[in-house]
Amino acid sequence: MKYLLQRIAFYLFTAWAALTLNFVIPRMIPGDPVKSMISRFQGQMDPDAIESLYVLFGIDKQAGIWDQYVDYWGQLFRGDLGLSFTSFPSPVSEVIGTSVWWTVLLVGITTALSFAIGTGLGVLAGWRRGSWIDGLLPATTFLSSVPYFWLGLVAIALLAGPGSFFPSSGGYEPGLVPAFDQYFIPSAIQHSLLPAFTILISSVSGWILSMRNMMVTVAAEDYITVAHAKGLPERRVALSYAARNALLPNVSGFALSLGFIVGGTLLVEIVFSYPGLGYLLFRAVGAKDYPLMQGIFLVITISVLLANLLADVVYMLLDPRTRKEG
Amino acid sequence: MTGQPVLEIRNLDVDYGLGDQAVHAVREVNLTLHRGEVLGLAGESGSGKSTLAYGLTRLLPPPGVISGGEVIYHPPGGEPYDVLGLSDRELRAFRWAETAIVFQGAMNSLNPVHKISTQLTDVIKAHQPNLSAAARTARAREMLRLVGISPDRMESYPHQLSGGMRQRVMIGMALALEPQVVIMDEPTTALDVVMQRQILGQLIELRERLGFSVIFITHDLSLLVEFSDRIAIMYGGRIVEEAPAETLYRDPMHPYSQGLLGSFPALRGPRRELAGIPGSPPDLRAMPTGCSFHPRCPKAFEPCPARLPILGQPDAPTGGGRTVACWLHPARVPVG
Amino acid sequence: MTIPTSSIDQVIPGEGAMAQPDTAPAAKAKRQRLRFVANGKAATGLIMLAIYCVLAIIGPWIAPYDPDARSNDLLAPPSAAHWFGTTHLGQDVLSQILVGTRGVMLVGLTAGLVATVLSVLIGVTAGFLGGAFDEALSALSNVFLVIPALPLIIIVASSFTTAGDVVVALTIGFTSWAWGARVLRAQTLSLRRRDYVEASRATGESTWRIILFEILPNLTAIIASGFVGTVIFAVMSEITLAFIGISSISSWNWGTILFWAQSQQALAQGAWWWFVPAGLAIALLGTALSLINFGIDEFVSPRLRSSGKSKVKTASGQTVRMRVGFTPVLASRPVRATQVARSYPAAPVSNGKVNGAHVAPRKEEVK
Ligand SMILES: Nc1ncnc2c1ncn2[C@@H]1O[C@H](COP(=O)(O)OP(=O)(O)OP(=O)(O)O)[C@@H](O)[C@H]1O
Ligand SMILES: [Mg+2]
Repeated sequence: MKYLLQRIAFYLFTAWAALTLNFVIPRMIPGDPVKSMISRFQGQMDPDAIESLYVLFGIDKQAGIWDQYVDYWGQLFRGDLGLSFTSFPSPVSEVIGTSVWWTVLLVGITTALSFAIGTGLGVLAGWRRGSWIDGLLPATTFLSSVPYFWLGLVAIALLAGPGSFFPSSGGYEPGLVPAFDQYFIPSAIQHSLLPAFTILISSVSGWILSMRNMMVTVAAEDYITVAHAKGLPERRVALSYAARNALLPNVSGFALSLGFIVGGTLLVEIVFSYPGLGYLLFRAVGAKDYPLMQGIFLVITISVLLANLLADVVYMLLDPRTRKEG
Repeated sequence: MTGQPVLEIRNLDVDYGLGDQAVHAVREVNLTLHRGEVLGLAGESGSGKSTLAYGLTRLLPPPGVISGGEVIYHPPGGEPYDVLGLSDRELRAFRWAETAIVFQGAMNSLNPVHKISTQLTDVIKAHQPNLSAAARTARAREMLRLVGISPDRMESYPHQLSGGMRQRVMIGMALALEPQVVIMDEPTTALDVVMQRQILGQLIELRERLGFSVIFITHDLSLLVEFSDRIAIMYGGRIVEEAPAETLYRDPMHPYSQGLLGSFPALRGPRRELAGIPGSPPDLRAMPTGCSFHPRCPKAFEPCPARLPILGQPDAPTGGGRTVACWLHPARVPVG
Repeated sequence: MTIPTSSIDQVIPGEGAMAQPDTAPAAKAKRQRLRFVANGKAATGLIMLAIYCVLAIIGPWIAPYDPDARSNDLLAPPSAAHWFGTTHLGQDVLSQILVGTRGVMLVGLTAGLVATVLSVLIGVTAGFLGGAFDEALSALSNVFLVIPALPLIIIVASSFTTAGDVVVALTIGFTSWAWGARVLRAQTLSLRRRDYVEASRATGESTWRIILFEILPNLTAIIASGFVGTVIFAVMSEITLAFIGISSISSWNWGTILFWAQSQQALAQGAWWWFVPAGLAIALLGTALSLINFGIDEFVSPRLRSSGKSKVKTASGQTVRMRVGFTPVLASRPVRATQVARSYPAAPVSNGKVNGAHVAPRKEEVK
């Protein structure tokens, strides 16, 4: 419990740091782009919305920096992230709200799957060194060096296109209305296959490699020799002794590299015009929609922190040493 | 009951690496363990004690290879067989049921992520699959009680136990299947002196009750003299002297044994000068010719650098029941 | 983007099993350096990287066309005149790739350098000084570690009106030092407890002397691996920024090519030559750097090295791979079956102790 509380405290601190960063960055650079945007929409915005953008981006230089900071936090707690310029006049929170689930499902499921598959193959490769999986390693090294988005482009060129089963863009058949029904769900799954496959291919090799190396390292531990000396069945030694221990650093590695992975997967969405946060960020960047960009950054950061917390809980369950002494 | 051989090591050669790069860590070792006896194995660090002990049951990690010799096991009331000739499946069945090992550094011998109970019962399950879960647990609890640990520590994880407790758990685990041979590689080095003697005393008591044999490896000759029946001294991968514990203590023949005995204060009897051995253990990659101890030997003379002395029964009045490999005491019985 | 796959990154020394870098005397160190280069993976990676460096220098000169020059060969597939085909404006893709190499390499190396310097400063200081310093610096690097880097980079870079190469390199450098700092801190902590460092502290050597002469030399491999890892990340990030149109599209880099290919619907028009070469160039550069890192990994922790010969012929006539748990018994082992069944005289027993002479059968041994 103490361990978990420590982690939660750390994530709260990190969230605070990220939000503060979000506050500081626009204030360090001239706020002109936002100002010009605001003046472009001057007539159509109600004064409250303008006020909230002023607070978010620090254009209101009259107030002291500390007052600005307090106002900023007050606004965040109300869930007010300003107005999006691209989807004017929708609030940023609303725009993000419709996209975030696409990303959570696509990225969440594929990342977990990739971790599971990669770890499994890594166990095999590390336990039986020099087996056929070792032969795969050069290819996987190459694949992990390919940018996710480029692999997506190649996948579209090769597999998608007119007449193909795989749609090349979008999250569902145009014309369908998002709902949990027998039309929408299959279409959404069909659209997510190719992006998911792309993410899987490019991220799985990292897990194979790190798990393989951990297995090799763990195989030299004393307790593995003891397990052999006990005459336990090979499977039990490999899984319950070696892999079970090798998994621990891999899980904490998973938590730490989530930030990296999410960055890559967002780009896959761009290539596939998948209606998630990545594609939204892409459009926001193109339109210089600063409020939306900032909002997306916040949401992604918070999600990654939550995922990290989840990984910590898993780690705690896996490693008795972090649990409270009983 | 004593007297019958239970484990015979014949001409065992163990290398690390292959071909030209091979380091010969154990060379032509011959050693017999008798039923019910405690055989002590002593020697400086790096002399190959652990290599010998793990080589017996093929537990050396790569690049270790067994390049020669046999390990003959005599099952009680069965035909003897060569352990090195067993298939992987047979070897798995043989391990722990016939010879159990308490490893050097027993601190890291327990799997940190499983409870003590799991680690005690899984070995019983692997070898006696017909036993019910309840019977396995009962057996595990009994083993803990045997080594002086309260059975309610069953549900503890290794990190919740002290070093001494972990050591006892390992000893208890080693006895769980009532093996014929228990190999203990410096089982108590991490412990304080009082605890060491307590655990070893317990072990000897258990041996008298259960009747297994022990190969006991340590640097600490005083422990060996106290607890073992016979002692073998290793140097540079070879056995250089082997004798009953009392004999070796009173009258070591090999200068190396004399040096070893000189490096610790006498337990009882007249005080001896603390001599130690000058120089450092040999580099296995560049072993001296002849007797590998000769560069450090205070009594080295003309044949030592030239020819390898043979381990044999010495031609001396006190030479009964012992063997030594030294030109000062050439073998009376030509062996081969 | 790429997951840090180095085992050095994954295993935090001092917290888990970790092969310590050898603390070897000079002569041995030289031999080891040679061994590092002799490592197949590292050598391949270094050669590939060298080719990229040469291209970065001479690229603009050997480019057959001006990468901006338009021609009438619109969207032409690869041909003798245009090896990698042309864009929708008739620009030569090969020239764009060649000219773009310099920017990619410069930004990657600069960002890697900035991040490495920061990680050494922060990681080593934290690990060596300990106490409140350590707490604060570790918290800082952990924060940077969990905040998703790419979105942060995008936010920062897009705040600048025009994000040139310098801005991009600095942004990446200042946001991606945390991995290295974390690993270095842990390694410094374990080095600090070593005897020889304790000894120099006891003799009153100044902190900076100890760090420079006792600690840093032993961190070389980890610093190198961190540098290479950051360069991989920096190249990927830089190309990504160009691809989504944040960095200025006036200067060529591989990301810019992909940006135009994507925005001009190269895929829909079947112009595969437009995006395949740039992607391959990135992937090969990434592979080269990864190979170097594997080389460093194996150099640092020998367990990962596949030792020269790993298959042996066993006594039972099979060829097996060496593995933990079942030491091979070599084929050359002399087996004398006759001895197995031979009976041995029981040793005489007195006082419960064995006094019997034990004369084991042994090989002839006269040399
Ligand atoms: N993997 C290996 N590769 C090469 N040589 C090795 C390897 N492992 C051990 N050796 C060498 O084999 C020799 C014997 O080692 P061993 O561990 O058996 O010694 P020991 O007598 O048990 O020493 P200690 O008392 O320190 O435990 C040593 O000289 C060591 O250098
Ligand atoms: Mg040993």
